[in-house]
Amino acid sequence: MTDSTATTSTTDNLVEVRDLHFRLGSRVIYQGVDIDIARGRITAIMGPSGTGKTTLLRLISGQWRADSGSVHFDGQSVTGMSQKTLFEQRKRMGMLFQSGALLTDLSVFDNVAFPIREHTKLPERLIRDIVLMKLEAVGLRGARDLAPAQLSGGMARRVALARAIALDPEMIMYDEPFAGQDPISMGVLLRLIRRLNDVLGLTSIVVSHDVKETLGIADYVYVISDGHVIDHGDPEHIRHSDSAWVQQFITASPDGPVPFHYADTPYAEDLLGGDRT
Amino acid sequence: MNRLTRVFNTLFGWLADLGRSALFLGRIIASLPALLAKPRLVIEQIYSVGVLSLLIVVVAGIFVGMVLALSGYRALADFGAENALGTSVALVVVRELGPVVTGLLFAGRAGSALAAEIGLMKATDQLSGMEMMAVDPVRRIVAPRFLAGVIAMPLLTCIFCVMAIGAGGGYFVGVDMLGVDAGAYWNGIQSSVEFNRDILNVFIKSGVFGAIITWVAVFQGYHAPPTSEGVSRATTNTVVIASLAILAANLMLTAVMFSG
Repeated sequence: MTDSTATTSTTDNLVEVRDLHFRLGSRVIYQGVDIDIARGRITAIMGPSGTGKTTLLRLISGQWRADSGSVHFDGQSVTGMSQKTLFEQRKRMGMLFQSGALLTDLSVFDNVAFPIREHTKLPERLIRDIVLMKLEAVGLRGARDLAPAQLSGGMARRVALARAIALDPEMIMYDEPFAGQDPISMGVLLRLIRRLNDVLGLTSIVVSHDVKETLGIADYVYVISDGHVIDHGDPEHIRHSDSAWVQQFITASPDGPVPFHYADTPYAEDLLGGDRT
Repeated sequence: MNRLTRVFNTLFGWLADLGRSALFLGRIIASLPALLAKPRLVIEQIYSVGVLSLLIVVVAGIFVGMVLALSGYRALADFGAENALGTSVALVVVRELGPVVTGLLFAGRAGSALAAEIGLMKATDQLSGMEMMAVDPVRRIVAPRFLAGVIAMPLLTCIFCVMAIGAGGGYFVGVDMLGVDAGAYWNGIQSSVEFNRDILNVFIKSGVFGAIITWVAVFQGYHAPPTSEGVSRATTNTVVIASLAILAANLMLTAVMFSG
């Protein structure tokens, strides 16, 4: 299955990406990609480092604009939105950055309260209750007075998750949520992503290269590389994909369609006749 | 040919940066009215860039005043004009050294800190995180710092001038140590320093310097590459560019204000 056979636009999709082309400087990131993000489901975007998975999240959220093609969020084109409309749409999205992106001069409590204070005029008493509910959902109500510097990597991501759901968004984008996590933190994050998606009725996009964990929670998976969708389908389809590239990726083989060696002149030629200056 | 191309590329790079920084300043100024609803953001930054710069400004003011009084006394004593020491110290400090030295200190202390802070916020995705929460970082982070710099610089300059001229600096050396008459010292200041020509201009000058320094600092920080080297370069650039810019601006402002 290739990107050309991606599902056609339906109202069941919260995000629809069509014929996306994007380059960063001289580097081509996407060359005609079609991706659908179905409502209420966890869609995983997988691929090796440097393939533009995080770039895709930035394009969906309108932080960057596509060179050509379209990105639609709930039927509205993200590519042509004014900043004001874009900010209105972003209140319906949450994003969990790989680093957590917590504001370092604010406590855990104030970080979670930040978007509520910025966008509502709720009384402090009510804000306190909402923040405690969000922190309770990620198991960190007791850490409310800590500074971001006092948190472990896993805790920082959970606080960032509480902040991402502070305004009750419809969609959450997770950027490499499992990278660098110990097994316990990984288990906690996996459970949280699945539970929040199901309990709150969210739509989730998980960008990751952690194969086992991602296939374990995703409802649908896109595998991308070299600017194209290599394969897509449910996790079972990906596990049994007939694409050699996908098989190399999910079995973590060091050599295959993606060579171990970086492209260069033949080894013998390099040793015998190379530049000896 | 290659060298010529490189020179032109560098020149166009500078022009492009100048254009981008002008657009950025426009965004900052457009964001200022929104701060009326959140004055606390500005007050916090006035503390950060102003109050925390007090020590260096006070100490520098005292030393500059002392040196001016010492060297001024030697020159004036040769002509028997020691009583004009107050006039000499006050005019040099108020018209030139006060705004310029405070500006240089402010660029080193607060400007570099602002560039590093914003650059690190960018490198750690805090600014992107804000954008994703539908909060404009220019309005929430940059504009309060810019306004705080414009407000803090004139206040710091006044404190510098008072420390340089007053009991800790020029007065201490001139009157207490070298024996100039206290009445003559103060009278010289009173008769030579005019409100409209000197005091008002020092406020305008230092406000302009404050705007230049914070503009350079926030632009460098906001557009720094998100790496440790990028933040380091932004910090260095802030001090170098802001220092040169206020020296150039001082020449122009002095020519306009005191040429008549």
